[in-house]
Amino acid sequence: MDTFVQQLINGLTIGAIYALIALGYTMVYGILRLINFAHGDIYMVGAFVGYFLAFQLGFAAGPSVVGLTVVLIGSMIAAALVGMAIERFAYRPIRKYARMTTLITAIGVSLLIENLFVAKLGAAPRAFPQLLREQSYTLFGNAAISKSQILIFAVSVLLMLLLQWVIFKTKVGTAMRAVSFNLNSAKLMGINTDFIISFTFALGSALAAAAGVLTAQYNPQIDPLMGIITGLKAFVAAVLGGIGNIPGAVLGGLLIGIAETFVVGYGQNVGVPTTFRDAVAFAILILVLLFRPTGLLGSTVQEKV
Amino acid sequence: MKRLLLSLGLITTLLFVFACERKGGPGAGGNSGTIVVGYYGDLSGRTSNFGQSTKNGVEMAADEINKAGGIDGRQIQILSEDDEGRPEKAATVVTKLIDQDRVIALLGEVASGNTLAAAPKAQAAKVPMISPSSTNPAVTQVGDYISRVCFIDPFQGDVMAKFAANTLKAKKAAIMLDFNSPYSRGLTEFFEASFKKLGGEIVDKQSYTQGDRDYKGQLTAIRSKNPDVIYVPGYYGEVGVIAKQAKQLDIKAPMLGGDGWDSTQLWDLGGDALNGDYISNHYSVDDPSPAIQKFVADYRARYGNVPDALAALGYDAMKVLADAIKRAGTTEEPQLKDAIAATKDFPGVTGTISLDKDRNAVKPAVVLKLQDRKYIYVETIYPEGMTPPAGAPAAPATSSTSPAVAPVSSPTKAASPVVETKKAAPSPQ
Amino acid sequence: MPTLVKRLFAALVIVLLLVVINQYMSREGLFGFGVPPYYARLIVLAGINIILAVSLNLITGFTGQFSIGHAGFMAVGAYSSAYLTVYYGQPWEQSLAGIVGATLAHALIFLLAIVVGSIVAALAGLIVGIPSLRLRGDYLAIVTLGFAEIIRIVILNIDSVGGATGFTVPSYANFLWVYAFAIITIVIVYNIVHSDIGRALVSIREDELAAEAMGINTTRYKVLAFVISSALAGMAGVLAGHYLSFLSTNDFQFIRSFEIIIMIVLGGMGSLTGAVLGAIVITFLPELLRTLGPKLESLLSAIIGADNIPASVHTFLLQLANYRLVIFAALLILIMLTRPQGIMGTREFSLSWLKRARRRPEGDKPVGEQGVSIAEQGPRSAIDRKKEIENG
Repeated sequence: MDTFVQQLINGLTIGAIYALIALGYTMVYGILRLINFAHGDIYMVGAFVGYFLAFQLGFAAGPSVVGLTVVLIGSMIAAALVGMAIERFAYRPIRKYARMTTLITAIGVSLLIENLFVAKLGAAPRAFPQLLREQSYTLFGNAAISKSQILIFAVSVLLMLLLQWVIFKTKVGTAMRAVSFNLNSAKLMGINTDFIISFTFALGSALAAAAGVLTAQYNPQIDPLMGIITGLKAFVAAVLGGIGNIPGAVLGGLLIGIAETFVVGYGQNVGVPTTFRDAVAFAILILVLLFRPTGLLGSTVQEKV
Repeated sequence: MKRLLLSLGLITTLLFVFACERKGGPGAGGNSGTIVVGYYGDLSGRTSNFGQSTKNGVEMAADEINKAGGIDGRQIQILSEDDEGRPEKAATVVTKLIDQDRVIALLGEVASGNTLAAAPKAQAAKVPMISPSSTNPAVTQVGDYISRVCFIDPFQGDVMAKFAANTLKAKKAAIMLDFNSPYSRGLTEFFEASFKKLGGEIVDKQSYTQGDRDYKGQLTAIRSKNPDVIYVPGYYGEVGVIAKQAKQLDIKAPMLGGDGWDSTQLWDLGGDALNGDYISNHYSVDDPSPAIQKFVADYRARYGNVPDALAALGYDAMKVLADAIKRAGTTEEPQLKDAIAATKDFPGVTGTISLDKDRNAVKPAVVLKLQDRKYIYVETIYPEGMTPPAGAPAAPATSSTSPAVAPVSSPTKAASPVVETKKAAPSPQ
Repeated sequence: MPTLVKRLFAALVIVLLLVVINQYMSREGLFGFGVPPYYARLIVLAGINIILAVSLNLITGFTGQFSIGHAGFMAVGAYSSAYLTVYYGQPWEQSLAGIVGATLAHALIFLLAIVVGSIVAALAGLIVGIPSLRLRGDYLAIVTLGFAEIIRIVILNIDSVGGATGFTVPSYANFLWVYAFAIITIVIVYNIVHSDIGRALVSIREDELAAEAMGINTTRYKVLAFVISSALAGMAGVLAGHYLSFLSTNDFQFIRSFEIIIMIVLGGMGSLTGAVLGAIVITFLPELLRTLGPKLESLLSAIIGADNIPASVHTFLLQLANYRLVIFAALLILIMLTRPQGIMGTREFSLSWLKRARRRPEGDKPVGEQGVSIAEQGPRSAIDRKKEIENG
């Protein structure tokens, strides 16, 4: 029982990270029907911006709440700018082209970011400074939860509530929903669609950067290629929940996180090697596509001519 | 059809262009002129830090030799190629180094998989290859031109099993291995066999792959089995985090590792969570012997950080090659490869190196304890059949245990006398 | 001459040519002329890349379905055939040698390996293709990517094919084998593209909804194209494995799939000759970049003197090779932004095309809303083709 609760906590922790990243995928896909492959790399960029901020501003010396807050918000802002720049210079010029063109461009952007970081900083993992005094609390007998895990839960819930508020209670949010419903009609209604798309990228990128800094507190190892697999799994989470659907992305993220941890924790008992952890997400994806292509919470969208 | 014929015609023309480009490279063998040595390694891929460290060590050794007048007056030139950590590319760049650059010998690779892909090319072209740090036994079985200056997986796995069973008196061990890495799997295999032979029990075996972000799933499963020790034969990038997450889960069993742990980054990743763990290694940076201290100081002056084991092995590989060239008096084959194979009692930074009949280095391993950002020397374990030299500099107390170790059965991880306290890991900036 | 005789004659000439060239691909060579092993190796690797690029072009260039797991299918072919040749190759070859002679036995065993590798890869393609190709959109991309990862993980877990250490495989393939199959691949894809099936595929690329409205079973055709493409990728894997004689999962990572994509993007999506050119360029360019930096520097120092080179330029040139992947990615984005149909577009390279291009210097047709210009070399537009299909 202890072990089960512990594995659940472990799974929810990485699930929350996937959820934060999946939100960016789902919002961009909802509006542009584009798999933004570079999104996983924004998560990496967020972690690296946090790393350099911490060192430049002198927060790396020791744990501090102020340091953590500044680094978190700083990297979110920086990543938002990077996301907007990518949209402006790579995606906007080809928005009207075939999907394949945009998809290839997205892959190109992703590889450009990764390889630029590798060429400049090297592919070796670096240690993210500890900004949070680590401590473990014991729940239910022997299940332990660490401060960094609590931080991940708290910040992601906060950010998700904030996102919900932006989308449903603000003017910009209404416009976002309109654009995602139909871009051309929204334009006709006088909505500045370019701005809204830009804003969506900024929002998604900020969330991914937050995920980057938060994971770095939980697992201080950061490297330029950290976004590839995590990004892909987050995308699978978005598809699982129903792409374009915001609560779906969160649900999908948590489910993938738990599924993965359970494969690691219990897979060996039923003959599934631990190494299949990375395969689980994709196996789930294939099953979803076979049986419920719209995802758990998604609704059928008719393809229009 | 016409198009096909046309393109074939084009290809034929191209071939003639290539064929005419044959020329003698800069370093064609013989007994005079610059000695061109090829180095290949991962300089841009996921394991580029290993490739870079090794390259640093190789280049530093070559520079030292050149400053001292070269080998019989001949200067050494190192040509480095990047294989991106891909076996296919490793074989391609080795072909290039042999064929285009006419190197007289090759140094590399770190990862056994890449060495295995490239070694047949060197063997076929009769160019000796010394691997600084490929520990998989299969590497030197490729042929008589392939040798190495590191010990092999069976020995290192064995060392840790002996240490766990005999010194730490551990009965139950769990293993957490890097599934993607032949190195990690090799160590696991031999640790397991040896530990069982010594009467221990492997209670759990979990795996991860390089680049994973979370290890708590595996660690939680291990925790439920209550092992005395956890063997983690991985690389420092993951190991530091594993130690940290194990601590968060309140796991008290010490972790044991191999030379892959040795890096200045380890402490930044793992911090205090690493205290009380043990690793087997080729050498100790804290070893007071003047040769090692000079190497560490020179490396630091040149590259700004403490050399890891890979840099030391790269350094030794170059020095062993230079020694062989000197003894052979030529860079011609087969004299050179015979001279390399005949290496005996070469005083390297990573221990006294002798090559056995399979061209594997036979040398002792040291066990180090991790405490407060320092590697504290614990004991030296010699391979079977090798007698500890009297008064060897690396072994203050030959094969005996220093007071730094307490059996795991006793709950105290007592603070231990520090042998040497020189090392402090610099900040990652 | 009747067409059949003409074709047989052409095939004979090609085979003879290949055999002759094959002789050059060794240090000894013919009449003292030999291609150095380094170039010989690159030429053979280019041949394998040609197979990969042409096969990917069938599904991505002609059918418009984006697959980014080509390396996965390559791995399936490579490993399944290697299992055969490693564990059964020797005994079978020996027992066959008694009947047909050693040389033929050797060839037959390898031929069997190629067939097995292709079939297994085709099966894998079927399993991946059916769920993802039923749907419109980009799911294929993500599923193929995931599949390539799963395959890697599965192989890592099979110790009988070397697991993480790598798998030493007998060396069967050489220049002759690789280029013979490269030509076969080109012929297969050429014939498919110029058949009813090919027109159906192009119509799916141009407008899937319209194609379906025309009565084309789009899923069936997409799966068909995907399975053929996977089988050919598997074949390339067999050849690669038995040429490199060492298999490691590290050679089948995402970056490998990406290289194949960039080949067809560079060459032109929907152009066979474009894919071939792209494969050749992408094989040789990175190797060229290895030596370009030092060469440029010596050139520069010859012009302005070694001391006048700024330090930043010096370091840049030294590190040029490290930036080659950055250059690739930037190239990809640049092509997409300026010529989304790839450099060759859907045109085929030929001498007459060169002549025509000289006569009509105004260049490209405007790019349609779809971003892929309708095949220029063909007299029929996509809509005409659809009509033809409709008429049977």
